[in-house]
Amino acid sequence: MKSFFRMSYPYLLWIALFIVAPMIMILLYALTRSGNGLLTFQFTLENFTKFFNDATFMRVLFTSLRIALLTTVFCILIGYPAALFMASLPERKQTTMVLLLTLPMWINMLLKTYAWRGILMNFDLESEARVFIGMVYDFLPYMIIQIHTAIAKMDRDLLTAAYDLGANRWKTFLKVTLPLSVPGIISGITLVFLPAVSSFVIPKLLGGGDYVLIGNLIEIYFLNAGDWNFGSAISLIMALIIIASMWATKKLDRNAQEG
Amino acid sequence: MKERKSPWSFFSGGYLLLVLLFIYLPIAYVLLFSFNDSKSLTNFTGFSLRWYENMVQDRTMLESIQCTVVVAVIATAVSTVVGTVAAIGLSKARRIIRNIVLEINNLPVMNPDIVTAIGLMLLFISTRIQLSLATLILSHITFCIPYVILTIMPKLRQLDDNVAEAAMDLGATPWQALTRVILPQIYPAILSGALIAFSMSFDDFVISFFTAGVGINNISMYVYSMKRYNPSVNALSTLIVVVVTLILVLVNLIPSIRGRNTKEGDTEG
Repeated sequence: MKSFFRMSYPYLLWIALFIVAPMIMILLYALTRSGNGLLTFQFTLENFTKFFNDATFMRVLFTSLRIALLTTVFCILIGYPAALFMASLPERKQTTMVLLLTLPMWINMLLKTYAWRGILMNFDLESEARVFIGMVYDFLPYMIIQIHTAIAKMDRDLLTAAYDLGANRWKTFLKVTLPLSVPGIISGITLVFLPAVSSFVIPKLLGGGDYVLIGNLIEIYFLNAGDWNFGSAISLIMALIIIASMWATKKLDRNAQEG
Repeated sequence: MKERKSPWSFFSGGYLLLVLLFIYLPIAYVLLFSFNDSKSLTNFTGFSLRWYENMVQDRTMLESIQCTVVVAVIATAVSTVVGTVAAIGLSKARRIIRNIVLEINNLPVMNPDIVTAIGLMLLFISTRIQLSLATLILSHITFCIPYVILTIMPKLRQLDDNVAEAAMDLGATPWQALTRVILPQIYPAILSGALIAFSMSFDDFVISFFTAGVGINNISMYVYSMKRYNPSVNALSTLIVVVVTLILVLVNLIPSIRGRNTKEGDTEG
């Protein structure tokens, strides 16, 4: 059976070329000055100091984090009751609900966002409000499905046991359902916060030109300004922030489950 | 829990209905306004097919549909084959190697699209590879394979190794063990992997935007680059909604019909 391992050789080559090499390229560009030759790198940290010393860049970073956080919180607030109510439906209806929630996920995100652009043109809203609606819309189904999966997996006997032991519905929810659904919330956060921080389509289509998030900043530096070194540094900073927040969420999850 | 038929169930049902309304609002909007007689985004002034006529006559839009489909078909085919082969190989690898490769495999899934996108763009440009349709397809294959592997891997792990071993002990060649024993067992997972790959490729914007050559546009890039609001996009969206719904209904109906048959078979046996 070990000989079957050889079947993965082509893919090993593929990931080396198209997954590992590009990551190294970003790192290399972020840490060097522009105008590098093939063998003459000039290492520097100035791309990073430039970012953190500029009030405009910091504001963009702050705005991105704020709207991503706001989106995540609202997806939980709207999505949690939905997932909870879904789980109390008969099994057949639950399947239908999951299908109804997943169907729009298969439709091109840009087209859905474009439709929102049409809808929201009817209202007089701030650009941030439009972006916020677009983001909550786009990510809500992911949150609902993650939480629903966690709740549906739960052992129903635990609820019966809680009721038998005299807990009312509210107490049962707080002491049984909620703690057991935390893993669902965590994976929901991963699926919402991460793409929300880096999103640049929704702000561009719904926010108008004046609403810039960190994703838009990267686009600007790569495609308009042509400064790949600084653009790489920004995306590295963004990736690090995302990794850090994922790590923090996981840690929180572990603590919650132990505590 | 029959006693739940209470005002509470009305409330929860109503809440779910509201959520569904929110989620289907833009789809309903697009369906309705694709048949609008005027360019208005607010008023439905009358029924017409003019935006569909516009769509059929819009060469750039048609080309973007063609590009999307061609890229998605090629990317799905290649990534399904490479991904399946790689997943089978990896499932037989030593645990350390498998875990390391799967971690790397996860990078395009976990990384923000824009990071994957600029990484690939930097790779192509600094190796003097002109951005083109080929680089677009290569990039799509690259982000599709991980999803194929992630879909197939759990299924492979459930398989009983002994069955393939037994087949080979009984004189099957490794090739026969692969095609007659392993593949038939993971076939549904391969199909869903292919479906996910197709939809990932079909919907992608960010990675395409950074890795396609000049003048090559998929649907997402076409929509993104539009300066003014164009109601023909509603017609295009309607078309896609109809196709996606049909595919999903088919995909969900076939296994449930088949599943029902096998379940009945099981109880008889």
